[in-house]
Formats: sequence, C-alpha cells, structure tokens
Amino acid sequence: MGIIKAAKLFYDYVSKNEHDEIEDVVHAVAGVDLDIEAGQFIAVLGHNGSGKSTLAKQINALLFPTGGTLWVKNMDTSEPENMWKIRQTAGMVFQNPDNQIIASLVEEDVGFGPENIGVPTKEIWKRVNQSLKSVGMIEYSHHSPNKLSGGQKQRVAIAGVMAMEPECIVLDEPTAMLDPNGRKEVIETIRQLNKEKKVTVILITHYMDEVVHADHVYVMDDGKIVLSGKPKDVFSQVELLKELRLDVPQVTELAYELKQAGLSMPDGVLTIEEFLEAFEKIKGGE
Amino acid sequence: MIRDITIGQYYPANSVIHRLDPRVKLLGTIVFVVTVFFISDFIGLLFATAALGAVIVISKVPLKYMLKGLRAIFILMLFTVLLNVFLTPGEVIFQLGFLKITMEGIVLAAKTAIRLVYLIVGSTIMTLTTTPNHLTDGLEKALNPLNKLHFPVHELAMTMSIALRFIPILTEETDKIMKAQQARCADFESGNLIQRLKSLIPILVPLFISAIRRANDLAMAMEARCYRGGIGRTKMKPLVYAKRDYIAYGIVLIYVLLWAAMKMWL
Repeated sequence: MGIIKAAKLFYDYVSKNEHDEIEDVVHAVAGVDLDIEAGQFIAVLGHNGSGKSTLAKQINALLFPTGGTLWVKNMDTSEPENMWKIRQTAGMVFQNPDNQIIASLVEEDVGFGPENIGVPTKEIWKRVNQSLKSVGMIEYSHHSPNKLSGGQKQRVAIAGVMAMEPECIVLDEPTAMLDPNGRKEVIETIRQLNKEKKVTVILITHYMDEVVHADHVYVMDDGKIVLSGKPKDVFSQVELLKELRLDVPQVTELAYELKQAGLSMPDGVLTIEEFLEAFEKIKGGE
Repeated sequence: MIRDITIGQYYPANSVIHRLDPRVKLLGTIVFVVTVFFISDFIGLLFATAALGAVIVISKVPLKYMLKGLRAIFILMLFTVLLNVFLTPGEVIFQLGFLKITMEGIVLAAKTAIRLVYLIVGSTIMTLTTTPNHLTDGLEKALNPLNKLHFPVHELAMTMSIALRFIPILTEETDKIMKAQQARCADFESGNLIQRLKSLIPILVPLFISAIRRANDLAMAMEARCYRGGIGRTKMKPLVYAKRDYIAYGIVLIYVLLWAAMKMWL
C-alpha cells in the first residue's frame, strides 16, 4: 500500500438556511480512489471548483472525509488521535504566500513548525538551516518575509514544511499568485526536493506546463477523477481535456493541431525537445 | 501618511541593543516611560534626554526612523498642546478675546509635548530593535506567572506577534484599496469631518473583509504546521540571560537610583 491511499472518498459541503434546515449539499469530492507510492511526483489537475483543493486539505487532515476513507501512511485521517501525526507526515503549502508566513524573520518562520512539534532547540536550528539550504534561501535567513518576492516567499513556506521532515508535501496551487519567474523558481525547487530528498510531492495546479515532469497525473472534474495516467497519456487526449476546460501545454497543442492537419506527429508531445525531434523526422522523411 | 507608522516595524542592525534580552528591554522601556512622567524641571529633562540619546546612538537605528512614528500622533499632540496653552489658569501673558495664554499653560504644554515625544520615541526604540517574535517571547516569559491564574499568556503573545507581522501587509493593502477607490473618483481629502469619516467606509469595509479572509487562511496554515497552542512547544530561540543582559539590568537600576536621588535632593 502506498503512502497515501483513498477509497471511495467523499467530502460534502452542506449549506443550511437560518432555520438550520439543509438547503443544499455539494459533493466537493465525490468517490475518489487514489494510491500514491512514496517518492513519486504526483500532479492533480482541474479547473476551479473541481474539488482538488478540498482533496488536498483532506490529505493534511484539515478536513475530514464525510464518506469513504483516506489513509496517510496507514493512518486513517478520520481518527482524531492521528491528526497531528498526519499533519507532520504530510505537510502543506498554500496558495497565498503572505497568508502562511507567521513570523517576521525568515528563519523564525521556518522554525515555527519544528517548535510546534516539540523539537529540541539545537535540532531546530539544524533543521532550519538544512531546509533553507535545500530551497536555496539560506542567505535570506535574517530577512523580513515582507521584502521577498512571491517566489521567494513560497520557497520559504516550502522550507517551513521541509523543516518538519515530512514524507509527503501537498502543494495547493503554490504558483497561482506568482509571476512566470516565481513559478519557475518554485517548480524547480519542488522537483529538486522530490529528486534529492525523495519527498513525495502532490502538486495541485491548473498550469499544464508544470506537470509534464510528474510521474503520474490525475485530472479532476466535479469531485471525481476523470483521467489518470502518465503525463504523456493524459496529454494525448487533447479533446477530452478541452471538454474539461483545461488547456494542454502549448507545444502539445501545436503537435496536436499539426497531426490534425495531416502530419505524422506522435501523440502526447510534452517538451520542445520532443517536438523538435519529431519535427526533424518529418522533415527528413520528405 | 499611512506608511509613517513605525510601531511594530523591526529595523535590522547589529547593535548591543538589538542583542539584548527582550525582557531587559521591556523593563527598561517601562522604567523610562514612568520616569518621563516625573520630568518636572530642566535637570530631569536633561537627564532623560541624555539616557534616550545614548540608547538611540548605541542602537544604530537612524533617528529618522524613530521620528517617523511621531508624525502619526502629530494631531493628538497639537490638540493637547493647544488645550494646555489655552485652558490652564494662571498668570495671563497674552489675551485675545476669550482666549487667554498663561505662563503656566505654556510650561505645561511644553512638558506634555516633551513627554509624549519621549514616550513614543522610547517605545519605538524597543519595537525597532526587537523582532516582534522576540518581543512577544519576552512578554510571554515575563507574564508567565499569570499562567497559574489561567490567564492565556501564550495565546495573547501569539496574537500580538501575528498582529505585528500583519501591520505592514494590511497597511499596504489599505494603500491599495485607497488607490483603487481614488481611481474611481472617491474623494478622501475634501469636505467636512463627517463627510471625510463617511468616505472612510469604502476603505474600511474591504479592508475588514480581507483581514478576516487572511486570518482564516493563516489559521489554517498554522494548523497545517501542527500549531496547537503553547502546550508541548519548544523554542527555537529560548530566552537565556547573557552577561550583557545583567549589565543592562544594572544600568537600568542605576538610572532608577539616580532618578530617586534627584527627586529626593534636588
């Protein structure tokens, strides 16, 4: 069994009127099955309101399933006594970089998590320095977070989670509020952590080009997983993705259009290199 | 105007004052503020000024930063000074209709103004040289005995440090909202007091909404990082007195004794 496993997972948002009568029930997550192996880079895609954020918060035990079961490292997230252990195992990075930094010094913020779980002082410093190094922010340890760029703030937030030594990091649209440079910075940091520290990464996003390097992609719509597989397989289904109001990476779309126009392009071209290779072949064949 | 409030804004520098234990700085500030209220003559003023000046120089924080905080209380100061000048009974030196300026009034106004300035500058030094977290750590530790009375010391300290951390963010946001409203022809500068107060509503409402939204996000982020109150928490920077802290306590004590001596014999 993988590090994260879900079986028929549900989460309902219930809205009540002033007489405490149930007005409406929305299944934000509706029967999701997952099995994620440790050390993988997983991407979850979906447009706004597809339930991907709700799913993320359930992995961190910020929300409890209203139906079905979710296990994080064999711990059932609906058991209250597992809550803190789960939050330590599966760290979470949120969308807004300003609203998740607690302290007014970078190093103090990274130390906040370890302080909460009762790590001894000496060990906290070791962890803070290590995790700031691993995200490339060590030279900013005495800076105020207010003076950092969005990408830098997100890297500090990632360091704050890494300092708790989680086995898995869930990132809930960490790049949604960043400029293209910041996005690149953050995604590269995440990939590096996944490769070097073997942390399981669950990246929730709606930017397609961020997921081409993932080991596995899940596409969510209306609370359900509608598509799952290797990025190549997922992105070869351009029509279906468009139906789900998702874009494919530009180069994939170009390859797809060329194929529609009669060229012998392969399915699921993800990178510019792959595209050029295929293109050279076509040119050579002429 | 909105960016002038320096309280709660840490100025990073490498000075002895910065490195002092926050408990020492807290006590020192309280002692200074109390003595400022005892200023009654020129010698006392000189003495307090010398103490304040020495601390400012040692702290390596540009004077400009401390004076910035004063701009925010300028109106309050002007108000108190005017009230004091005109409403204190005593020897009249100038009269215009029913307005009387008295000698006592001028002296009292000067004293009040100086006290206010010293009060603000004195407490600004503490917040400029201590990170908010360090400051609240100090408060938490200093108030620790109250824990036995079930007073939520840790929660209070945490609330304060978060409030301080969000001051610059919310200030920036206020600026942004003001500009957005001005771009749509909102007018904050003209009209009488009532009209001006009314024009603040379109700033305050979005500001409150955004602050509540931020609080919600932050609470979730804190819980995600296993925050569950003060129980079982360790400290990254535990407060331990160093030699310099004892020396500083000594200096504070000497300051108090000198004041006492001055009050008794001068």
